[in-house]
Amino acid sequence: MKFLRHFAARIVGHAIRIFARAITAVRADWQGIEPVPRQRVYFANHTSNGDMPMIWASLPPALRREVRPVAAADYWLKNKLRAFVGPEVFNCVLVDRRPEVKDKPMDKIIAALDEGSSLIIFPEGNRNMTDDPLLPFKAGLYNMGVARPDVDLVPTWVANLNTIMPKGEVIPLPLICTVTFGAPIHVEDGETKDAFLKRAANALASLAPEVQS
Amino acid sequence: MSNTTVDILLLAFGSFGILIALTFLGEVLRARQEPGTQNPVLETYMTRIQSWWGMVAFVGTALLVGKLGVMVLFAFCSFAALREFLTLTTKAQADHISLALAFFVVLPLQYVFVGMGWTGMYTVFIPVYAFLLLPIVSALRGNSEKFLIRVAETQWGLMIAVFCVSHVPALINLEITANSDRAVLMIAFLVMVVQFGDLLEYFFGRRIGRRKIAPGLSPKTWEGVTCGVLAAMLTGALLSWITPFGLFGAVALAGAASLVGMLGSLVFAAIKRDRGVKDWSHLIPGQGGFVDQLDSVIFAAPIFYHLVQFFYG
Repeated sequence: MKFLRHFAARIVGHAIRIFARAITAVRADWQGIEPVPRQRVYFANHTSNGDMPMIWASLPPALRREVRPVAAADYWLKNKLRAFVGPEVFNCVLVDRRPEVKDKPMDKIIAALDEGSSLIIFPEGNRNMTDDPLLPFKAGLYNMGVARPDVDLVPTWVANLNTIMPKGEVIPLPLICTVTFGAPIHVEDGETKDAFLKRAANALASLAPEVQS
Repeated sequence: MSNTTVDILLLAFGSFGILIALTFLGEVLRARQEPGTQNPVLETYMTRIQSWWGMVAFVGTALLVGKLGVMVLFAFCSFAALREFLTLTTKAQADHISLALAFFVVLPLQYVFVGMGWTGMYTVFIPVYAFLLLPIVSALRGNSEKFLIRVAETQWGLMIAVFCVSHVPALINLEITANSDRAVLMIAFLVMVVQFGDLLEYFFGRRIGRRKIAPGLSPKTWEGVTCGVLAAMLTGALLSWITPFGLFGAVALAGAASLVGMLGSLVFAAIKRDRGVKDWSHLIPGQGGFVDQLDSVIFAAPIFYHLVQFFYG
């Protein structure tokens, strides 16, 4: 049974990747960093539920196998299908955002890093529904950077997904999606949390392609 | 094998012969380089030749399969071109449904109408029905911000990427060849004269081009375009045996199609410049996107279609 579930997860993973490619021709644009298997935390902007699968699909196979998206448990455990896709297909690190829960999200994240996995995180915490490019970052990214200073923190900009699959729409539009990976950053000695988060947000926002319209 | 099949194979092998010569030339130039150095112009040239191999193989196979192959190939080209175009246009969430209709309803229907040979429908479907109905769908969502820009740009995308591109396979419905299996050769004729003209326009423009046609927009020169159109006319003459136009007609149509196509690519250059992009996408290595590759064919196809219909209909 376990083998079958694992096999099914691989097949579903391929199907999701092929679907994402066919619809959006998703492409990874590596700016200032190479697609090599190093331990990294990819931190990305968040406008659509399609963001995480899109980053996941754009990574080369060797990197995709090592990467674990950090995602909300309340979303991915809502029904049986999601409970299969989230933890088993995408191999998510599920964290509970409710304040009354005892186990701390950061403990799970650090544990995943200590197992050698790379991570995908959305430091804004929620989907950005505003016209601003980014919402203020939560502290998680800073805490990871302080706890595991050797890990590269890679800004990752997902372009266009808010038009491809906006909140409340059912049919995805086939528009071209580019995932841009920028130069990695680290928490510097003596850098305050606010200064670092600001620097991280600027590094991410600077990757957004400038298209006049 | 029918005569048409033999002709298509001849054209395909002729094209392969040219590509073998060009690949050979590139490899000789590569071999003459100092070891360890790289010439970016040569590498771009080789990437383009590789893409050309793929394109000749795809178009040749589609023509051999016949009508269905041609429809599927150009429907896919339309999809890819529309995706590139609408990625760069102004849109709002209020347009989500009308854009989804453009991709998943208007585009397939247009190709169904072309495949059925329903001339009265495929010549008006996008300019009339889609033109009037899609803005209604957008308006129903009640967002007026940039409304005219949004609907106008969407319609422009549909006209270019679906209406114009679908006029390439629509050539098989032209009355002059409609009832023979030689109809698919009209497609080979148009695509080959336009693409050869472009290739030589690029070559001569680099070599002897001086006066720019639209400075600040495109590197195209009067000298390059003149040589390109003449090359297209020569190609038309060499290919006149696959057409029913006779030598003079083939030369004149080839020249007209090539000229419109080259000037049409200036229009695309203006759009790209306005949106601040160099290429429409990255999907064809060395060439950019589908729109970059098809731009002159897109402009030439409807003009060629209607000229033939007018003079030979």
